[in-house]
Amino acid sequence: MTNHWVDIKNADLVLVMGGNAAEAHPCGFKWVIEAKKDRKAKLVVVDPRFTRSAAVSDYYAPIRSGSDIAFLGGVINYLLTNDKIHHDYVKAYTNASFLIDEGYKFEDGFFSGYNPEKRSYAKDTWKYQTDKDGYAKVDPTLQDPRCAFQLMKQHYSRYTPELVSKVTGTPKDAFLKVCEHIAETAAPNKTMTICYALGWTQHSVGSQNIRTMAMIQLLLGNMGMAGGGINALRGHANVQGITDMCLYSEVLPGYLAAPTDADKNWAEFVDKRTPKTLRPNQMNYGQNFSKWATSLMKAWYGAAATDKNDYAYDWLPKKDAAYDVLAIFERMHQGKMNGFLCQGFNPLASVSNKKKVGDAMAKLKYLVVIDPLATDTSEFWKPHGEFNEADPAKIQTEVFRLPANLFAEESGSFTNSGRVIQWHWKAADGPGESKGDIEIMAGLFLKLKEMYAKDGGKLPEPILNLTWPHRIAAKPSPEELLMEISGKALGEVLDPKDKTKVLAKPGEQLAGFAQLRDDGSTACGNWIYGGCWSQAGNLTARRDNSDPSGLGQTLNWGYAWPANRRILYNRASCDVSGKPWDPKRAVIKWSGTAWGGNDVPDMRPDAAPDENVMPFIMTAEGVARLFAPALAEGPFPEHYEPFETPLDRNPFHPNNPKAVSNPAARVYKGDMEVFGKAKDFPYVATTYRLVEHFHFWTKHARINAVLQPEQFVEIGEELAKEKGIANGDKVKVRSNRGFIKAVAVVTKRIKALDVDGKKVHTVGIPLHWGFKGVAKPGYITNTLTPFVGDANSQTPEFKAFLVNIEKA
Amino acid sequence: MQVTRRQFFKVCGAGLSGSSIALMGFSPAPALAEVRSFKLARATETRNMCPYCSVSCGVLIYTTGDKSKNAKADIIHIEGDPDNPVNRGTLCPKGAGLLDMVKSPNRLKWPEVREPGSSEWKRISWDDAISRIATHMKKDRDANLVEKNAEGVTVNRWNTTGFLASSAAGNEAGYLTVKILRGLGAVALDTQARI
Amino acid sequence: MALQSLDIARRSATTTPPPAVRETTEVAKLIDVSTCIGCKACQAACMEWNDIRDEVGTNSGVYDNPADLTAKSWTVMRYAEVEEKGRLEWLIRKDGCMHCADPGCLKACPAPGAIIQYANGIVDFHQENCIGCGYCITGCPFNIPRISKEDSKAYKCSLCSDRVAVGQAPACAKVCPTGAIQFGSKEQMKDYADKRIGDLKSRGYDKAGLYDPQGVGGTHVMYVLHHADRPELYKGLPNDPGISPLVSLWKGFAKPLANVALAAVALGSLFHYVTKGPNEVSKELEDELEKEDAQ
Repeated sequence: MTNHWVDIKNADLVLVMGGNAAEAHPCGFKWVIEAKKDRKAKLVVVDPRFTRSAAVSDYYAPIRSGSDIAFLGGVINYLLTNDKIHHDYVKAYTNASFLIDEGYKFEDGFFSGYNPEKRSYAKDTWKYQTDKDGYAKVDPTLQDPRCAFQLMKQHYSRYTPELVSKVTGTPKDAFLKVCEHIAETAAPNKTMTICYALGWTQHSVGSQNIRTMAMIQLLLGNMGMAGGGINALRGHANVQGITDMCLYSEVLPGYLAAPTDADKNWAEFVDKRTPKTLRPNQMNYGQNFSKWATSLMKAWYGAAATDKNDYAYDWLPKKDAAYDVLAIFERMHQGKMNGFLCQGFNPLASVSNKKKVGDAMAKLKYLVVIDPLATDTSEFWKPHGEFNEADPAKIQTEVFRLPANLFAEESGSFTNSGRVIQWHWKAADGPGESKGDIEIMAGLFLKLKEMYAKDGGKLPEPILNLTWPHRIAAKPSPEELLMEISGKALGEVLDPKDKTKVLAKPGEQLAGFAQLRDDGSTACGNWIYGGCWSQAGNLTARRDNSDPSGLGQTLNWGYAWPANRRILYNRASCDVSGKPWDPKRAVIKWSGTAWGGNDVPDMRPDAAPDENVMPFIMTAEGVARLFAPALAEGPFPEHYEPFETPLDRNPFHPNNPKAVSNPAARVYKGDMEVFGKAKDFPYVATTYRLVEHFHFWTKHARINAVLQPEQFVEIGEELAKEKGIANGDKVKVRSNRGFIKAVAVVTKRIKALDVDGKKVHTVGIPLHWGFKGVAKPGYITNTLTPFVGDANSQTPEFKAFLVNIEKA
Repeated sequence: MQVTRRQFFKVCGAGLSGSSIALMGFSPAPALAEVRSFKLARATETRNMCPYCSVSCGVLIYTTGDKSKNAKADIIHIEGDPDNPVNRGTLCPKGAGLLDMVKSPNRLKWPEVREPGSSEWKRISWDDAISRIATHMKKDRDANLVEKNAEGVTVNRWNTTGFLASSAAGNEAGYLTVKILRGLGAVALDTQARI
Repeated sequence: MALQSLDIARRSATTTPPPAVRETTEVAKLIDVSTCIGCKACQAACMEWNDIRDEVGTNSGVYDNPADLTAKSWTVMRYAEVEEKGRLEWLIRKDGCMHCADPGCLKACPAPGAIIQYANGIVDFHQENCIGCGYCITGCPFNIPRISKEDSKAYKCSLCSDRVAVGQAPACAKVCPTGAIQFGSKEQMKDYADKRIGDLKSRGYDKAGLYDPQGVGGTHVMYVLHHADRPELYKGLPNDPGISPLVSLWKGFAKPLANVALAAVALGSLFHYVTKGPNEVSKELEDELEKEDAQ
């Protein structure tokens, strides 16, 4: 979230699309209800199903799953055609005025630079025109036909209400009604917040779904404002924190792009990641990369990391290929992996194409499951009737199952969706011999270290030199670890403006990431968490919930990264001269000498407005990007069909069969072949959560099993009638990868849609069942889902695929 | 008003038996009207956080005992923390049912192994489990860690053992996990956050 | 609003006047159906707080689970898909005891002290005094109490009298994530309802209103309904509930009549009570009535 949970109450319009906050985040959704009650805000829901969120909405519009870019592109076209944008904001704070390379173009579904064999783009034309100083050229009048604004206008002029309706199935009048609601927030003192979740990410165009919305929020001037922003409602209690710690292959803690084979040494590694400033006077905060990276290496390797040895750069593993979860299972399926550890993760249930995942794990030498619960994954080898057919005798994988503690049984911090890091305290011991994840990981590591110290082996240095500054080696404390994450001084940290002034003495905790240095004098495990444990102590444990501004900022409750800032880009909540666009909801303002107010300014505190330092300090140009070259499938989002589409074409590019689905998405051999076709699988399926359950966990909890005991699927009355299915009948749902059986819930809440001249039905598939648990055993729904992900994030396409349904 | 003969008798009989019994002093003892006693009166309260979605609601965990040496703290009730600015004491049906997650009959209590081809779990000690797993890991790492790529660039990567991290673990466990794994050279590393 | 054990307004089948000197604030729970998302947090919190766990049931083609109130499900959500003026509405209502000011259950109850109405308005069942006759069900205009198969006693929502007694809100009200359930004094709840009704009217629900049915003297669980003119849309919420005719009959002419004309039956039942305990009285009486019915 660029904003945070409580801030939703400051919105004038809440758009719930690509998510179902009432269902998946009820306690966060309370702030939607508060906005309605106290601000007279409106709630608009766009979803394939009339959801629990829709039940309390002011307006609901249906949409075909997998067509959100068509809808949102139509909104952009509406805003531009009807001149419903926040002009001053767009002009000053976005790259609307930036001139784009003459070679950039978009034709027949492809952007310039497409290579169909590699299924990827060369991005050399997706860039700004630059002047002799390397700065981007701009046209502040926005009239130049090569400026981002004009190119955007041209790009979305194709997204007419008629075509939008034809692709999305949303009736034209409903689409226009939603546009009218959204357009009202173009007024400088009106804001819309968007609450989305996996309904946007779990598509082969997931990242671009979100980007389209980000463009809308920029056009409306809603970024940085109280009650505005782009708000990803994340799934797990600490999914934000784990993402920030970067337990994935592409990045190191704090989103530092991980080294690859192309980064031959430290200098190259740092240089490639340090952006060149693209406009005069901009902060371009990313240029501090070397300080963050050096401090990380000092945290990990301490005295063994010096400027003489490139801060132990050689010990960092270099990435040669994709290692996202789909890639990992693909490699495993190809027999390229020997071992696999799952920590609190149930991939047999959570990852696409259960059969492929199960077959892959059967090829491992060893599998380790670290979990509080007896997960389905831990018993992938065991027959569980019709729900898991397996032959243990044929599976040679050695499987270990280690009992882990739950939240109640350990202290530590979680980071919520609004980036607020909060400490929690242990209440009781876990059952039996269970241990915390920290102790389990420490145990494994210390054993390996002991073995390498004693027996030697390949490259023992990074193992033997990894810092381990823990009072009880076998049981590092969460306090010690959070202090390491936050950062400390190793040498004296001096004030760059006045070298006689010592900001931190050796051994002291640092006040924040501004004190990090690239000379080895600081150590910090994750720069964005810098300062969460300062000399003042553990700021994540603060419990002062006072809210003097009434905006719900609670600046002394826990600690928000970065720098305890609650609303990102809050400089953009003021006009160029530093006055709030909406004085009634002022986040910060320029006092004449400094920025300040009801939040930690997202700006150099003394940057006077006439210095022209723009609000988006993490971009090299200082402004937000309407034209964004970073994404894999194009600088402007374009509608592509899901890989399993009920249509035989992309109505935006009816004559280009190669532009039906995302041209830049990665598809593995063998997976392309098992994509279903509409003639065999005519219905659009979408998987989702129910409010009564949490993933595959609460099927183990009695209360939740009572509330929603048995697996079901939802279909509309019309489809039920066509198929002779009565409410409560058992049905079989098939995709090209397998089938599940479940009870049919026949409902008015799912309607057939008219799409490109066809009637399209939706089959809704809640995901919570499996063969282990106290709820009634059920099929794993990911038996059905396709093994393909978004081209940027590789998040699997769980939200739009094809099935058939029949009475079981 | 339609009253059947049966209903008439039912009413007369019921009312009569009740009133007459009480009139004659047969009120059952003890006090008639005490409410159920408040079950948390001297329980210990601990501030914690719901482990489910990313709203991260504050919760109060109630345990038996006063943390004295011989009184084993047992979790008996969990409800919302009214001080938490986001949930303000409220919870969803998952959070409200947390007690049954903590007490799930499917909690794992000790390390187990299922050996190749076997159809059963076997209980093992922690020492045994850690040694056996570390032996697997070291063997694989020593055999498959790539020190230099084809161009002779030092890459030091180990990609034949993979790791999937939880989104339910705390920041500290997550950080320690990534530090250890990168230290071992792991690149086949991903998290629930991807999904 | 603390509830003390002696602040009793009425006791079932008891003529001793309750103590009446202290003045207690009347409490109420307000269920604002227009902000309810049907998440069942109230059901979960109710089970958790009251240490009851219903059976893991089945799905019968609807979201309602458990399918009905039981001795272990004191509140359930009821879901209705209604099409109004071409617009779909998913009306979701939390069902459970209404804590009537004039409680039919209490009036019908023959077991002394099995049903208590506290001065703050809570109507509570005391299972140790319950004889399992089921007359409370007959007496209830909302069809709420249920007899347990395990111990043959009647159960229903207590409005968490144990929590209210120590100054806490009922578990369902505290937990409700959207604030659709509010708890406070009855006066506060009516004021709050007014505000909500105003908001709903401004959003086009002309018939929005408060459900506090006067046929039972008003209730201590009230609803804000978007369609207050048609409570039946909400899965059969009674339009104009009153105390069951049976109970009214008993209160009116049947009581004296019974005392005189059916003294023999009374003596018989008293005898049974003394010798065999309450449950069997009920059984005996039921059998007698069954026999007469069959004739």
